[in-house]
Amino acid sequence: MNVLAFTFLLWIGSLFAGFLGALTGLGGGVVLVPLLTIFFHVDLRYAIGASLVSVIATSSGSAAAYLKEGFSNIRIGMFLEIATTLGALLGAYLTAKVPASVIAIIFGVVLLYSAYMSRRTRPRELAVQAPDPIATKLKMNSSFPDTSGLRHYNVYRVPAGFGVMFGAGALSGLLGIGSGALKVVAMDQSMKIPFKVSTTTSNFMIGVTAAASAGVYLSRGYIDPSLAMPVMLGVLIGSLMGTRVLVKTKTKSLRLVFSIVIVLLGVEMLIKGIGGKF
Amino acid sequence: MNPPDTHKLSPSEMEWYEEQVENTIAQLLRGGVLLAALVVIVGAVLYLGSSPLARVSYRTFQGEPEHLKSVHGIVRSAFAGQARSIMQLGLLLLIATPIARVIFSVFAFAIEGDRMYVIFTLIVLSVLLYSLFGSFLVA
Repeated sequence: MNVLAFTFLLWIGSLFAGFLGALTGLGGGVVLVPLLTIFFHVDLRYAIGASLVSVIATSSGSAAAYLKEGFSNIRIGMFLEIATTLGALLGAYLTAKVPASVIAIIFGVVLLYSAYMSRRTRPRELAVQAPDPIATKLKMNSSFPDTSGLRHYNVYRVPAGFGVMFGAGALSGLLGIGSGALKVVAMDQSMKIPFKVSTTTSNFMIGVTAAASAGVYLSRGYIDPSLAMPVMLGVLIGSLMGTRVLVKTKTKSLRLVFSIVIVLLGVEMLIKGIGGKF
Repeated sequence: MNPPDTHKLSPSEMEWYEEQVENTIAQLLRGGVLLAALVVIVGAVLYLGSSPLARVSYRTFQGEPEHLKSVHGIVRSAFAGQARSIMQLGLLLLIATPIARVIFSVFAFAIEGDRMYVIFTLIVLSVLLYSLFGSFLVA
């Protein structure tokens, strides 16, 4: 394929990924690597590099919007970024050590897990108990704007959350994804942070986490400008469009369709990884 | 510098201050992404204009040439007008955007007198800078 056609098709594909990712709230980053490797026959390392760069773009773009709404908790984000950036650094070093087929298998599992997470309905238990003393010491307990004014929340099990965050960072660095789903698990499930605060703070953290592995990727030669250019511009524009439309449309059936796409891509990555096709 | 954990600001002033910080970070992130995208687009126009019909394949990993792998090399070759380097410079600006946000946070927490969070933020910043410039230390 020539440069012009390849760049254009890649741009369109990434535009769709970014659009659907933002519209469904599942993130476009997770489908980029399968899209690049399966449909565009891009080497896994180049694909991971291009995907990671795009993740920084979308995360920073949307974090700006969320911050103004007052949901993100900057202190929780900053503290947990210690765990995610260290994890990301480890993950980025591992990409050079772990065989590509193993990375593909891990990728497949993460895709299936993300799809599963998006289908699950969450039980809303708000047990009012004494907050974790560590959380109090770290000034993490805060409030967020709700329909009935400011709502206060406490933060629990900080060490457990910190540990899961390290894992989320490592996966982000290994696979070139934002691993937003796992970050939300750490905050929502372990630390009992309200969902809205978890998702926006997670998104806020994704850019910094990705930047920690991007430096390593860059010096390893994983980031190719000609490949990352259409992917980054496509995902960025697509996700901006997605957030605009988000308010107006019912996304339930679209979410289902996109989850099915993620499952199919996950199975394909697993099969190819197990078959040693990478 | 304020002593740790004693705020001279009243709670309402504190709230106002944190809101200003959040707004500034939001503008910083938006500006960084916009600037990065513009530089990438400039590079893309030059790149697509120079050899639109050349064949491309990313099937096998070859790694990038030296001048696209380090901050120093990217900046130098981009200012020499190389299309691929200009795109890479844009991507570098994108990577630098969250780093700039963290640097800003160091000062924001320092002004608030929150020494604990200044330290946390400095830890994150050193991990980020190590990632970006660490290869220089080894080389």
